[in-house]
Amino acid sequence: MKYADEFRDQAKAQALVREIEALVAGIPLVRRRPLHLMEVCGGHTHSIFRYGLEGMLPKEIELVHGPGCPVCVLPMGRVDDCIAIAERPEVIFTTFGDAMRVPGSKMSLLQAKAAGADVRMVYSPMDALALARRHRDRQVVFFGIGFETTMPSTALTILQAAREEIGNFSMFCNHITIVPTIKAVLDSPAMQIDGFIGPGHVSMVVGSAPFQFVASYYKKPMVISGFEPLDVLQSIWMLLKQLSEGRCAIENQYARVVPDAGNSPALRAVTQVYELRPFFEWRGLGSIDHSGVRIRDAYAAFDTEKKFPVPNARIADPKSCQCGEVLKGVIKPWHCKVFGTACTPETPLGALMVSSEGACAAYFQYGGVKHHVAPQAGAA
Amino acid sequence: MNVVRPVGRVRQPTVTLAHGGGGKAMKDLIAEIFVAAFDNPVLAPLEDQARFDLAALTAHGDRLAFTTDSFVVDPLFFPGGDIGRLAVCGTVNDLAVGGAVPLHLACAVIIEEGFSTESLLRISHSMAEAARDAGVTIVTGDTKVVPRGACDKLFVTTTGIGVIHAERQLGADRARPGDMVLVNGWLGDHGAAILGARGDLALESPIESDCAPLHGLIDALLTAAPGTRCLRDPTRGGVATVLNEIAVSSDVSIAIDEARTPLREAVRGFCEILGLDPLYLANEGKIVAIVPADQAEAALAALRAHPLGQRAAAIGRVENGEPGRVVMNTVFGGRRIVDMLVGEQLPRIC
Repeated sequence: MKYADEFRDQAKAQALVREIEALVAGIPLVRRRPLHLMEVCGGHTHSIFRYGLEGMLPKEIELVHGPGCPVCVLPMGRVDDCIAIAERPEVIFTTFGDAMRVPGSKMSLLQAKAAGADVRMVYSPMDALALARRHRDRQVVFFGIGFETTMPSTALTILQAAREEIGNFSMFCNHITIVPTIKAVLDSPAMQIDGFIGPGHVSMVVGSAPFQFVASYYKKPMVISGFEPLDVLQSIWMLLKQLSEGRCAIENQYARVVPDAGNSPALRAVTQVYELRPFFEWRGLGSIDHSGVRIRDAYAAFDTEKKFPVPNARIADPKSCQCGEVLKGVIKPWHCKVFGTACTPETPLGALMVSSEGACAAYFQYGGVKHHVAPQAGAA
Repeated sequence: MNVVRPVGRVRQPTVTLAHGGGGKAMKDLIAEIFVAAFDNPVLAPLEDQARFDLAALTAHGDRLAFTTDSFVVDPLFFPGGDIGRLAVCGTVNDLAVGGAVPLHLACAVIIEEGFSTESLLRISHSMAEAARDAGVTIVTGDTKVVPRGACDKLFVTTTGIGVIHAERQLGADRARPGDMVLVNGWLGDHGAAILGARGDLALESPIESDCAPLHGLIDALLTAAPGTRCLRDPTRGGVATVLNEIAVSSDVSIAIDEARTPLREAVRGFCEILGLDPLYLANEGKIVAIVPADQAEAALAALRAHPLGQRAAAIGRVENGEPGRVVMNTVFGGRRIVDMLVGEQLPRIC
């Protein structure tokens, strides 16, 4: 497949791995402990597991799977809110597929659908708008979720709905922003991250400038990375290069897609439709200031929270669940007390077990197993 | 596709509850839509049961194979097939992967009131054609009509019997370290064709379902490689699920090579866009065969000589690793676990 196979070339990968091994040997820190590199984005986590990247890296490099999966950081209360909205008889509740299995305090959207709520999976917010055009007698609600990556498409959908005056469409806005999240990780007391594999899709929208604080204030290197396995390996190589030279800068490995200044029409649409919330609740990380956006008053007609009574439920994470520590890279998934026992992909307690991009589900299904109960996993 | 029109007494454009009432309307529907299409001497007397000569059955082997499957596919017509062809091939293949010669099918349909008579006729003719391809006869059946909303257009259940030859001993618990894992061609076509045909993706895809009866291909394989340990048809859950079942039943590990897995470019692209894993996509004309290494070459040659096996490949081998574990050597040089799927594959959002 053109433009994909080139980035999955085994010979190039092996050459890169050899260079990575050489670089690691020259970094003084590895004599004391392994290097911790965090990939912020769930897309990277997926790629790392899908191609078996962790097993190819020298043991001195540990990848920490960060909070960049929007499904994983969704708090239970917001899922309960979704279900309360979806259960209204006039509502067609539309959502991306991933979000359907996230557990609320009583059930998931998938279970609510089985119990009779009209919940439908869509592939784009524009599909939800098309449903609203077709079902004028119903209220179509789109579950807006994701970082800056998905914000432009939902903002443009709302602008389109406003242009067409589609009165039966609204969005339940749960968009979150990446910068406060990275700050929260960096400020956490037990933090031991030595460098970041930066979010490629978010940066395609916002550019590289918003991440400068990682290098200038926190003195950590970051390389904005593409999602093919060679992209990720090259980004790790670039991070090690910085670490071995004692530098920290924000570098862009994904220049074929990410312009340093971001995408200005996309940013304009986002600014036109959304404004920052004072704070937003995250699963595992708690409330983070300015980490979410809401729909501006000018578009209140398309804001589900203004259109329907939303319970705004605040449900504490289950006590046994350690998603927060995993998200911050403080513990590995298999160190969690309930990993693989009370919390499995069949019966997830925490959201990290739900999405295929969640670190726990990825370890459970794709083979981090070698680290915990079954030491020989697939090593035959 | 030939357009077939109802003739004779079933002139109404749609099926109504009257057609399920047990009276004359139902008799006409059964006679003109099903009996006429399935045309065979066992069905024709319309007794409450099909009757077979036991001696004729035992001539084929020493064990009876018996299986049933329900079909609720949406949409009913898709590129490469329809629910009728699928219902016949699915049950024929379930018999054939046990090493059986498929012989007879029963067919029960549940029709939603308002369903188009013409579509029903098209489907019954498609079933008849698939049965001819598969060398089986549809010898008994049942028709029910339910009120609108009580089912989704049309559900079909087929039940089949076949006979297993005395020398054929296949089982998911028979894989041994060193055995090879073979498939007979492109994987994931059916799953991708159905997802594409649903139309909610707004993706134009040229992918057709691989829906086909596999008894002939399997017979050729078992003749060339009589030591074959196990055959499975990787339908729902795909190749990944079948391999996991075999690894668990046989208490072995299985390693497959991503680079040797036959995938059409269109299916690869489809999965890339939607974030799906083709190993979990359904197939309706594929087998996974576990064959002793010394017979693998003969098996591959036999598969490739058959029209339904031209793209056959050895995709992996049975190993002596952690029992029940399936792993994949990725194209990139890494290794990962291929686990059972928990629920349905849901597309990733970013």
